[in-house]
Amino acid sequence: MKRNSSDTKKVKLSCRNVWKVYGAHPDQFLKDSKDRFQDPAKLAEAIRESGQIVANANVSFDVHVGETFVIMGLSGSGKSTIVRCLSRLVEPTAGEILLDGDDLLKKSEKELIEIRRHKMGMVFQNFGLLPHLNVIDNIAFPLKLQGRDESERYSQAERVIKLVGLQGRESNFPKELSGGQQQRVGIARSLAVEPDVWFLDEPFSALDPLIRKQMQNEFLRIQSVLHKSIVFITHDFHEALRIADRMAIMRDGEVVQIGRPVDLILNPADGYVRDFTSDVPWEGVLRAADIAEQPQGPVDGLERIPGDTLIENMLRQLADHEEGVVVEGEDGSVLGIATARGVVAALASGSSDAPEAAKRYS
Amino acid sequence: MLAKFDRGFAQWIAVIIVTLIFVVAQKEWGWLSKYPEGWIIPLDDALNAILDWLVGNLGWFFLGISWLLDWPIKGVRWALNSLPWAVSVFLVTLIAQAASGWRLAVFALLSTLYMVVIGYWEESMNSLSLLAISVPLAILVGFSFGVLGFFSRRAERAIMPMLDILQTVPAFAYLLLILTLFGFGTVVGLIASVLYSFPPMVRNTIVGLRGVSDEIIESGIMSGATPAQLFWQVRVPSSLRQLLLGVNQATMASLSMVIIASIIGGTADIGWEVLSTIRKAQFGESLLAGLVIALMAMIIDRVTSGFAARSGEYDPTEKSFARRHRYWIAAIIGTVLFFALAEFVNVLEEWPREMEFSPAGALNDGLTYLIVNFRTEIETIKTLSLFFVMLPTKIGLQMAVSPFTWGFAMTPAHAAAYAFGMIAIAAFCTAKWNWRIGIFILLFAIFFYIGLTNMPWPAVVLVYSVAGWRIGGYRLGIGTALGFGFMAATGIWHEAMLSIYLCGIAVIISFAIGASIGIWAAHNDTVSAIMRPINDTLQTMPLFVILIPFVMIYKIGEFTALLAIIAYAFVPAVRYSEHGLRNLPENVIEAARMMGSTKWQMLWQVKVPLALPVMMLGLNQTIMYGIAMLVIAALVGTKGLEQVVYVGLSDGNFGHGFVAGIGMAIIAIIADRMTQAWSGKRQVELGLA
Repeated sequence: MKRNSSDTKKVKLSCRNVWKVYGAHPDQFLKDSKDRFQDPAKLAEAIRESGQIVANANVSFDVHVGETFVIMGLSGSGKSTIVRCLSRLVEPTAGEILLDGDDLLKKSEKELIEIRRHKMGMVFQNFGLLPHLNVIDNIAFPLKLQGRDESERYSQAERVIKLVGLQGRESNFPKELSGGQQQRVGIARSLAVEPDVWFLDEPFSALDPLIRKQMQNEFLRIQSVLHKSIVFITHDFHEALRIADRMAIMRDGEVVQIGRPVDLILNPADGYVRDFTSDVPWEGVLRAADIAEQPQGPVDGLERIPGDTLIENMLRQLADHEEGVVVEGEDGSVLGIATARGVVAALASGSSDAPEAAKRYS
Repeated sequence: MLAKFDRGFAQWIAVIIVTLIFVVAQKEWGWLSKYPEGWIIPLDDALNAILDWLVGNLGWFFLGISWLLDWPIKGVRWALNSLPWAVSVFLVTLIAQAASGWRLAVFALLSTLYMVVIGYWEESMNSLSLLAISVPLAILVGFSFGVLGFFSRRAERAIMPMLDILQTVPAFAYLLLILTLFGFGTVVGLIASVLYSFPPMVRNTIVGLRGVSDEIIESGIMSGATPAQLFWQVRVPSSLRQLLLGVNQATMASLSMVIIASIIGGTADIGWEVLSTIRKAQFGESLLAGLVIALMAMIIDRVTSGFAARSGEYDPTEKSFARRHRYWIAAIIGTVLFFALAEFVNVLEEWPREMEFSPAGALNDGLTYLIVNFRTEIETIKTLSLFFVMLPTKIGLQMAVSPFTWGFAMTPAHAAAYAFGMIAIAAFCTAKWNWRIGIFILLFAIFFYIGLTNMPWPAVVLVYSVAGWRIGGYRLGIGTALGFGFMAATGIWHEAMLSIYLCGIAVIISFAIGASIGIWAAHNDTVSAIMRPINDTLQTMPLFVILIPFVMIYKIGEFTALLAIIAYAFVPAVRYSEHGLRNLPENVIEAARMMGSTKWQMLWQVKVPLALPVMMLGLNQTIMYGIAMLVIAALVGTKGLEQVVYVGLSDGNFGHGFVAGIGMAIIAIIADRMTQAWSGKRQVELGLA
């Protein structure tokens, strides 16, 4: 299901050569001597040597309509800064941010407020709830700022409350809620204005692991209903794998690699990326299509499974059908055949030799 | 062994040698012992000239403000006085109930009834009416400056020193300024109290607004808030608790200044009542009136802090209109009811004179009985502390030791024995702990032998400046030198030393007592529970009131002042010590316990060293409280700067009083910076900050 939405390839939000430098003269290098440095990495180094901090260096990526784009990186990698540049909570030093083809950096403060009121929603790591408002007022807060009247605010808020499953909690105050519930409020609030673009800045990092998993499922469920264009920040590689359609890995303010999770696992750009992918449980990432092989014989009468089935979910069938199962594409076409032997081979193989079939499914 | 000494040690030894040279040389060169008259800068005359110019040229402006402000004061005063007391008592009780529940309501009810029955109702209402105008003004001014300081770092840098000065220059020093500019009357009290009480509101506003987390701000921005919406709907409500804390502090400061300002007279309020009865030696009456102030202070404090604490509480249950607005409804019904009742039952309208009940006579008799019967004990305590502590500190052992006081005369042999003894102790401490303690003991020995007022002034400047430099860096060192230089150059040196002497002794004793109690309270919940209300009461008590019991027993004089300062200043030492000891990192305590440390080892080798930075902040507050009380203690006849300030006020010599006031502010600010710097440095070293 979610595999497909990104296939439309229509770009919603685009980040073009964005730089963010903190220091005494942040734009000094970017204005004057940009041309002297062909290589952005060298330019970043030069800026750093001048005693300034480079939070983002030449970051570029596209977020497609309806896809979940994850930015993954360790703390200090600049991932939080870049998501704030996208919403202009932080002013980029150089570059372009295109929302539906319009450069956000050229917008006036007033236009920006309008964009945030109608097109953007954001969820924060520590929830960012207003302590003096109860759940429903917190969620309806963006609508209140727009000057909508109370009945409209509450009916709209009630709708998203249902979406995140917080019914009956409307008049509670934030501090009376658990972390997971508070983040549901945060999610509901960010969705109250029905935004096109949804930013989530480490939304589940402050929660304990069990709740985190639950919230990830919740997130996937909501996204399967709403199909927002999402930028999701996390430092948890496994979380990224679970929810990403595509992802970018950041280090020292630069994007190291962009691609589908499976691409990153199968073809890590460098040792840094490989470090993340090496302890990934493949059966939770690879899907049937990734290990499908050319059928040796006729496939009639064999059991059929969709191509996006995770390997961990098809082990039962493989055990029952020694001859394998047919992997079919979205349109019902035969992609190949998956066998227990193929799975074992794939799991045993290093990232160096990827199953051929993986390349076919894209 | 040698590694224990560093360059600081050599520097201090040099300081001690220079000091000793100054001490010996001051017999030859008079300018060392006494700052020459001819060098004194006549700053007080200049200030008086400025004031004259202001009055002459801008007098109309200030009188205009005064005229404007007079109306609301008159209005509130009229309203509060014409309201039947029963209505006011009911409303106060209701507010107390709304702020923190029935306990406070009962307390408020009994307190206000006491004011009625004892016959101080009108005076209380007069004070309250001034407060009713000054508090909103202070909050408005304070909040505005706070917002300004919050948005602009540059504005903050300009505002902060102004606040320091307003809070440290004694009120008596600028009362005369206000009096001269704004004319005689209640307006003086109003302006003084606004000036004194808006600084805490500024500080709390800035702290509160700064404290709102980035994420809340960002979530506000992402919700599409305009800058105005972001401020009023996100920042302000999110920092409400801190803002209300500011309101609480501003209110308490306002009350204390309203009381102090009544010293100028003509206000017919409760502060004046206390003051005039003290002056007439009617201690019973002054105690009763003082109790009124204390009760007022406690109610106002508990009500405002109650509202502050409740600001974070929300009741999730849905309620009907009547339930949500129950206090307003009760207020309206109760007011109408008591109004109507008062029409028929006159007693509720105005408590009749003949029904007033005052135990003042009985109190006075009891006091007389006490003083007559325990005369020897009372006198002995005073004499002992005078001869063995106060006099030596002031004029030095060399002069204080005489057959009349100590029972023998100071001979060179005694002096030599003293010198050797002190050097031995210093050496012992250096060997056992570190050289800083040794140096401290040596310096103390010199000061104690010569006497603070007999020390050559350049030596005092030197010692304090080097201390400032070593503790807080060269800026603090230069600041200290300039500050002490100011006091020498403006001719207030002798009085400044007298202030430091009295306040210094009081602070040391207060801190010793307070820290001991604090350590005890940190280990004993019962002690802690007993101390808390005592501390609360002493801390909310207006300063005048604390003087009363000591004046009753010891009449006027430095010893009375000393006791009053101690009674007020030991409280923060208790609080901070207990707080510091109770909030130590748990893992360190556990580690020490697992190493098998005994209770005393734990206390002295683990807990106290770790809690010392926080305890040092307690010392800081002890000094600040001590100086605040010292100002008021001028009323009982001390001789230091505070007296110059007070005399300046009563003689109408603004310049003279104000220069002394600045001197006191300098002492306070230097003491504050030194203790803060030490505490901060130590916390960083211990990795606690």
